[in-house]
Amino acid sequence: MSAESPFRRALRQFFRHRLAVFGLVVVALFVLAAVFAPLLAPYDPLKTSWTLVRKAPSAAHWFGTDENGRDILARVIYGARASLMAGVVAVTLAGCIGIPLGLLAGLAGGWAETLISRVADAMLAVPFLILAIALAAFLGPALENAMLAIAITASPVFVRLSRGMALEAKSTDWAEAARALGNPPWRLALVHVLPNIIPPLMVQATLSIAEAIIAEASLSFLGLGQQPPNPSWGSMLNSAQRFLTQAPWMAIYPGVAIFLVVLAFNLVGDGLRDALDPRSQKR
Amino acid sequence: MWFWLLRRLGQVVPTLLILSVLIFALQQLMPGDPALILAGEERGDPQVLAQIRAELFLDRPLPEQYARWLWRVLHGDLGFSWRIREPVATLILQKLPVTLQLGGMAFVIACCIGIPLGVLSAVYQGRWPDVLVNAVALAGISTPNFWLGIMLILLVSVHLGWLPPSGYVPLSEDPWQSLATTIMPAFVLGNAISAVLMRHTRAAMLNALGQDYVRTARAKGLRERVVVLKHALRNALVPVVTLGAIELGRLLAGAVLTEQIFTIPGFGKLIVDAVFNRDYPVVQGVVMVVAVITVLLALLADILYLLVNPRLRHA
Repeated sequence: MSAESPFRRALRQFFRHRLAVFGLVVVALFVLAAVFAPLLAPYDPLKTSWTLVRKAPSAAHWFGTDENGRDILARVIYGARASLMAGVVAVTLAGCIGIPLGLLAGLAGGWAETLISRVADAMLAVPFLILAIALAAFLGPALENAMLAIAITASPVFVRLSRGMALEAKSTDWAEAARALGNPPWRLALVHVLPNIIPPLMVQATLSIAEAIIAEASLSFLGLGQQPPNPSWGSMLNSAQRFLTQAPWMAIYPGVAIFLVVLAFNLVGDGLRDALDPRSQKR
Repeated sequence: MWFWLLRRLGQVVPTLLILSVLIFALQQLMPGDPALILAGEERGDPQVLAQIRAELFLDRPLPEQYARWLWRVLHGDLGFSWRIREPVATLILQKLPVTLQLGGMAFVIACCIGIPLGVLSAVYQGRWPDVLVNAVALAGISTPNFWLGIMLILLVSVHLGWLPPSGYVPLSEDPWQSLATTIMPAFVLGNAISAVLMRHTRAAMLNALGQDYVRTARAKGLRERVVVLKHALRNALVPVVTLGAIELGRLLAGAVLTEQIFTIPGFGKLIVDAVFNRDYPVVQGVVMVVAVITVLLALLADILYLLVNPRLRHA
């Protein structure tokens, strides 16, 4: 039998995981909705209409309308932009902060390691949402600040993960060989350690995106994220709460959207973990 | 064991110190001058501004400000609320019992859901109850707390009219009413960690069921129910309970949104109101208290683990 590359094997493993594939399809649908929002949305998400205030779902407005007569379907579709962007940007940023620091801590050792891991541990001691709320509150209410707050809050996980992986990689024979050949430490980190720790980082990143999307929705719900009138699932739920008896549909659809996209990212993350973990290999 | 305990205690101090630096540093992220916010109407008066700065030591270098702040915090003085003109520590102490009641109920609910489901899924590993329970747990983790709260209000309060949608009655005033106002939020709060507890229980049970003493118990001819509930579960609960203690910290974070939705005047509502009112000392104080509680809970969990697991005592 011809040897299969690790990448192809992981791919094959992943696609055998039916739920993970379902998750991937849902994520793809949401990404498409976010990208092609102007084409897909039946109405302008910002257009208010006093004749259409809080209308129940109908053929013209599938998801109904909100307290300003705006189409909820259009706002849910456009809301995918805020949520996905917050998730992806925040986690990318968290990785950009956390991974280099974690590699530095793991490879350099000494006081740098002590300082970096102590700060990461201290940040991990504060519950995720509380730290994110505090940071967002001090930075000021805006979607960009919410993303930054979530990124900072999510970064210690990446520090801890990449530090642990770097420590593990440092003690392997191939790292020893690379060092013996005279590779400088930064080259060791970039060329030898980083590619080896990408699989667990990918798993963590996917799960972190799910967490970041919930965090963005929570911050927007509290008025610390996306500012009105721009649509975001969290802020839609906030205004929906005031009209729960008169217009329950306002509360249902944005929540379903959050639930689906978070569930999908979690499924993809679990699938990736099973596919990339060499210990859980099935032929 | 004593050496280990001392070393573990020694870890807590630097963690708390670093946390205090981080929380103090939050102030520096703030756009604008705190003196300007505090001065309110009199913000045009340079004399008033200078006086406020001098009172709060805002005119001193940062390290000195930090040292003064830390000194006060160590003495239980978390500063004054800018809005309510009361000490932050007093405010927190007022609100904490409400959240503790909510959190305690949520924890009980989470255990009642998470542990039996975890046992069920471990016993039926790979079969349909396992698949179902795992799906429920995944759905639980993926449901935003606040949305679940809104949906429950819609169903239970608006449609069925069974429970009040919001408000809070203290336990001391009317225990029955108090329960009625907190059972829904406690369920919402417990939901998030019941899924985590279920996963822990499942893993611990699978581990326990594979041990020799379980095989011995079965070989003795004990009924399967006795083997599972008495022999395996008792041992499996050890890591679950200790991990559960750490999850209590997550409850405090969940309480923020849950209390907001059910308008319960607890700890979470305090930080949200403080955020809206730009009442920064309260935000700082709440974060500090939550961090200290979480760090201490983690310490408690480690000590508990040591106490219930005799094998570790000599390590």
